[in-house]
Amino acid sequence: MPRYLVDKISRKAVLLCALASFFILVLIVVFIFRDGMAGFIENGIGAFLFGTDWSLKRGEYGVGVMILGSISVTLGTIIIAAPLSITCAIFLAEIAPPEVREVVRPAIDLLVGIPSVVYGLMGMVWLVPLIRDHFGGGGYSLLAAIVVLTIMVLPTIISLSEDSLRSVPRHYKESALALGATDWQAIWRVLLPAARPGIVSAIILGMGRVIGESMACYMVIGNAFAFPSSVLDPSRTLTSNIVGQVEEAAYGSSHMHALFACGIVLLVFIFIFNSVSFTMGRREG
Amino acid sequence: MKVKRLLITLIILGSLLVAPTDSTMAAGDELSGTIKEDGSTSVLPLAEAFALRFMKLHPRVRVIYGGGGSGTGAKDCAKGQVDIGATSRELKISEADLISYPIARDGVAIIVHKDNPVDELSLGEVARVYAGEITNWEEVGGKSGKIRLYSREEGSGTRDVFESKVMKEKDISGRAYFKKSNGEIQTAVARDPGSIGYVSLGYIEGTKALSIEGVKCTVESCKKGDYPLVRRLYFHTKGTPDEPVKAFIDFCRSEEGQKIVEQLDYIPLTL
Amino acid sequence: MNISPRVTQRIAFGVMWGAVAIVLLLLLFIIGYILWRGFSSLSFDFVFGPTTEGGLRAPLVGTVYIVALTLLIVVPLGVGTAVWLSEYAPIKGRFAPFIRYTLDGLAGIPSIIFGLFGAAFFVYMMIGEQCILAGALTLACLSLPFMVGAAEEAIRSVPKSQKEAALALGATRWQVTWRVVLPAALPGIITGAILCTGTAIAETAPLLATSGFSAFTPHSPLDGCRTLALHLFYLATEAPCTGGVTHEDLVDKAMGVGVILILVIVILNLLMRFLSGRYIARMRGGK
Repeated sequence: MPRYLVDKISRKAVLLCALASFFILVLIVVFIFRDGMAGFIENGIGAFLFGTDWSLKRGEYGVGVMILGSISVTLGTIIIAAPLSITCAIFLAEIAPPEVREVVRPAIDLLVGIPSVVYGLMGMVWLVPLIRDHFGGGGYSLLAAIVVLTIMVLPTIISLSEDSLRSVPRHYKESALALGATDWQAIWRVLLPAARPGIVSAIILGMGRVIGESMACYMVIGNAFAFPSSVLDPSRTLTSNIVGQVEEAAYGSSHMHALFACGIVLLVFIFIFNSVSFTMGRREG
Repeated sequence: MKVKRLLITLIILGSLLVAPTDSTMAAGDELSGTIKEDGSTSVLPLAEAFALRFMKLHPRVRVIYGGGGSGTGAKDCAKGQVDIGATSRELKISEADLISYPIARDGVAIIVHKDNPVDELSLGEVARVYAGEITNWEEVGGKSGKIRLYSREEGSGTRDVFESKVMKEKDISGRAYFKKSNGEIQTAVARDPGSIGYVSLGYIEGTKALSIEGVKCTVESCKKGDYPLVRRLYFHTKGTPDEPVKAFIDFCRSEEGQKIVEQLDYIPLTL
Repeated sequence: MNISPRVTQRIAFGVMWGAVAIVLLLLLFIIGYILWRGFSSLSFDFVFGPTTEGGLRAPLVGTVYIVALTLLIVVPLGVGTAVWLSEYAPIKGRFAPFIRYTLDGLAGIPSIIFGLFGAAFFVYMMIGEQCILAGALTLACLSLPFMVGAAEEAIRSVPKSQKEAALALGATRWQVTWRVVLPAALPGIITGAILCTGTAIAETAPLLATSGFSAFTPHSPLDGCRTLALHLFYLATEAPCTGGVTHEDLVDKAMGVGVILILVIVILNLLMRFLSGRYIARMRGGK
């Protein structure tokens, strides 16, 4: 084959590859919305979003409880995870002796790759009985989910925040030090404010991870269809609802449509988080 | 009936003995091919045991079993995606165009923690407990304490039977912990002093199975039909099955098949 | 403020050491606990025995199948995208940033959504049944952004002088890409493939309704299967107890699967570090 022809064909081929990601995204949106909108229409948008009943028997589906469940899990997790991971990020970026960092950073990278079902299993076997025996309730609870998800999201927020701390120009901190500030004052008053947009977008990205995490959450949250009155009560999130029922639902049924509609609600949350995080990133640049 | 079944088994076995001698010509008689099944996880251990035994008898047949759940089993079968759909409940009206073959029976036990002083409940009480109308053990003669309900997720055949035989018009309270398997409910109930759950008969170890309406929950009382919560487990086909599916179902319902049923702690069909 | 800045700094640094120690101890504890409880359930019979008798043969074979198929789909697609983005895309156009934006979008979508999509599109539209192929296609969509990211980074770090030298000798764009750029970027591409392997091994939610679930060892891409991670979930939450096996035994087995998963992830990570460290340097130096 003449090499110019090969060149022409290959040019088209790599363009097609590049277009694939776009098509996949479009297909995902189309297919989630096609079945999901059916779910919205069958139940009525208001009744679906704010309804608290999810009953196969009566064919009524409402995700009010699960939206609240998802939001409370996400907020609870971020409230614990954000301060902890920012502290760790500052430590790694500024204070840690190089040899400590050499050990800690790869360890954290490794933890990102561990399957979520492993964290979930750990939660089931260790955390749930611990909560049941020492705090009361059945153990499977909002608290268990928050703890497990905190552990899972820490590495993500730590590494992203550390990156944004490192991207602050060195002379910011050096000028502060030159003016007689202590190391900590320079970090607290100069470095952190400068890195704030990046850190905030790291946290929001973390929130996206938490709200989208399904397996580990399913394994420990108890999956009750009721809004929890305390952190020791079981709850249900949008994702855990899908995990719990997707295997049993028949494709094309109104049950499956309702599960796809859960997916739409989830996508809307993710879209909001991504947009906020994106604008934050912009402002930084 | 029995003689007929035996005869069929013999014929099948006989054809098997003859067939391998002429593999190309006798392809029509010899059992070969793939049988696809999916459906209820309650039937799964049984279906796997059936499949293993059957594949030993007929090496050229492959039985593939997927999970899913009773709903999936019925749906996939009606669509023709699988040859056999397994359910742990009767077909619903919307699924009625399938042919059902009972393959075994199974009891549903109501279990509580071992230290719970409550030994017996009526069907009505169980329903009110699960509907969230009774929320304290005191109200049914136990020690004061909140009742924690453990239930199965939607689509479970065990849950369907529980809803139709116990709950009837009532709905299971949303405050329950929803689980995917008998085993997980068993473990949770065994460890949680305030709990109540419903499981297949094979999952009561480590917990206390309550007497229902005064009848103890044992394999014997289920066999006799005294215990009220007994259900059948089914295989379904779409239309009259061809070989080797027919032979497989016949095998499951044969004496040999029912022996497997007993070995796995299910209740055999006969009687 | 009547506390001196020095004291504040002491306190702040102390808190930070404490926080890091807590995080590290927690993470160490989790890994240690799983290794400690899981190792005892690992035995030859358990790991390689047939799954219908409680072993891991089917999920092991299934995992290999799924990973291989996923890589087969995602590596060419990802490398192609990366080549286009770094070599062919018009520098000033809006198209390349747009593709990057869609890749970021894909990376942000929760894995369970991929599962729903895979069930609707690959299972019910295209193939007609839950099988390895459907699972692998779903995972390929999910891991595409990671593959592109790693490959593009590697391609971009190939020195411009090498490309220009080849172009000056009269090579076509594709010859440069195929003979110069891709070989030099190979370690980075392999790193990307390892990353995708890790994702395919770890992800469970996309496979729930796409990969089948059969306990029998798969023979073709159209058979159903479960991966190790899916099997862990199954053992812990769904598996029926038969033949004297209790739910506790199942959980112990799940722990055993967890040990295998953690070990595999550790090995993959070490491999990646090895590649992105010395190996790349040597490759570049040698060329």
